[in-house]
Amino acid sequence: MLADWTQQEVLTGTTIMAVEYNGGVVIGADSRTSSGTYVTNRTQDKLTPLTEYIYCCRSGSAADTQAIADHVRYYLDFSRISQGREPTVRYAAHVMQSILYNNRDNLSAAVIVAGWDEVNGGQVYCIPLGGLLVRQPMAAGGSGSTYIWGHLDAQFKPGMTDTECQEFVAKSVSLAIKRDGSSGGVCRLAVINRSGVQRRIIMHEDLPKSYDG
Amino acid sequence: LFPLQFSSAMSASFYTKPANNGNAGVAMETSWDSNPGRQRTLQPITTGASVLAIKYNAGVIMVADTLGSYGSLAKFRSIPRVLRVNDATVAAASGDLADMQFLNTVVENHAIDEEIHEHGIAYSPASLHSWLTRVMYNRRSRINPLWNTYIVAGTEAGQPFLGYVNMLGVAFKEDCLATGFGSHLCLGLLREALDAAGGYAGLTEETATSALEACLRVLYYRDCRAYNQYQLANVPVAKPAQVSGPHFLQSDWSVAKLVKHYTE
Repeated sequence: MLADWTQQEVLTGTTIMAVEYNGGVVIGADSRTSSGTYVTNRTQDKLTPLTEYIYCCRSGSAADTQAIADHVRYYLDFSRISQGREPTVRYAAHVMQSILYNNRDNLSAAVIVAGWDEVNGGQVYCIPLGGLLVRQPMAAGGSGSTYIWGHLDAQFKPGMTDTECQEFVAKSVSLAIKRDGSSGGVCRLAVINRSGVQRRIIMHEDLPKSYDG
Repeated sequence: LFPLQFSSAMSASFYTKPANNGNAGVAMETSWDSNPGRQRTLQPITTGASVLAIKYNAGVIMVADTLGSYGSLAKFRSIPRVLRVNDATVAAASGDLADMQFLNTVVENHAIDEEIHEHGIAYSPASLHSWLTRVMYNRRSRINPLWNTYIVAGTEAGQPFLGYVNMLGVAFKEDCLATGFGSHLCLGLLREALDAAGGYAGLTEETATSALEACLRVLYYRDCRAYNQYQLANVPVAKPAQVSGPHFLQSDWSVAKLVKHYTE
């Protein structure tokens, strides 16, 4: 007789987000991986590089998304050589989509591909469960995102600076962490632009405060 | 359509009706049994997570966080789950919070009744524990459980008392107790604290409190349904029970800085 949580898939319960700004993108995620109600990893890194300038935020089954991200990273590595230049964010998103769409019946994976390229600057591409691809100025995913759509819709405005985007993402992820049992821990942030990726971590006690009642 | 039942606690006497019907000797209870179509509690809806408790040399301490979860949603963040019954008795519940509130109301009403009667007899933790066991087992036997696990703590005959009752009517007494996830992740820690002190008679209040706090921290790290705000109930043998809170739990996330990606 095995305990409940050993029989359940390890999921990134999750809150993930990405926002475009003029010159790059800001991405963010919580750090909780859960198996049923057990937290298997409280300091997970859900922001995964596909190339030097393109990241993906992973939600859904941890195993599925890790395996697929490894695949996509390998494929894009190869394309860099065959195309002779950094892959575009759009290309990376399409590679990701083709795997997620064609295997949709066997996968539980939803990702946000975001990054910067020479051609179109900062871009965010959302790929939810069925394998749809859609570019959005702001995208959120994972179970925690359901609790903050109102906040996102009310607070997002186009044309924010990268600092404003970081505050927006940190605040949103923090609100989701506080309401979603499947999200938690710290907030990991990354800013991706022409100069590459700068990663940040907002410790649990430093998360933006909000009404706690 | 069944008649609406506003408060079964106030209607008809509870658990004293003779079994003069076909219910196999089990006492009738209000409208549930005469209305077979009525819904029974099949799943908990708004739930409370772990309750932890440990005896120390001069009493017993119990802690419970203040979160009411609605599935995975942390919906109610300031729900008190610890009930102060009287100077010598406290109780806390995990599981369905509606069932907890129902039972707590019944217990409070009994305590008021006892005061009114002025006979100087009040609930002791052992008598509450015993009563609760009978109620929970009775409901379980009618396949309509109160979906809770209770921990009763207090002072009984000058000694610290600690008892457990769950929705099946399983009941026992111990020097340290935990419900839910706490029973998996924390009982070992509490037992170690008792062993290190050579039994609860060697455990100070400070050590007991810090052991419970350490357990709450483990739960906050590892239980998806735990919270970092909690109530604490202390029932010293020689003094009245005190429920304090909300207390805030500090947690250490520095290890997160060492983690990057998932492979090299």
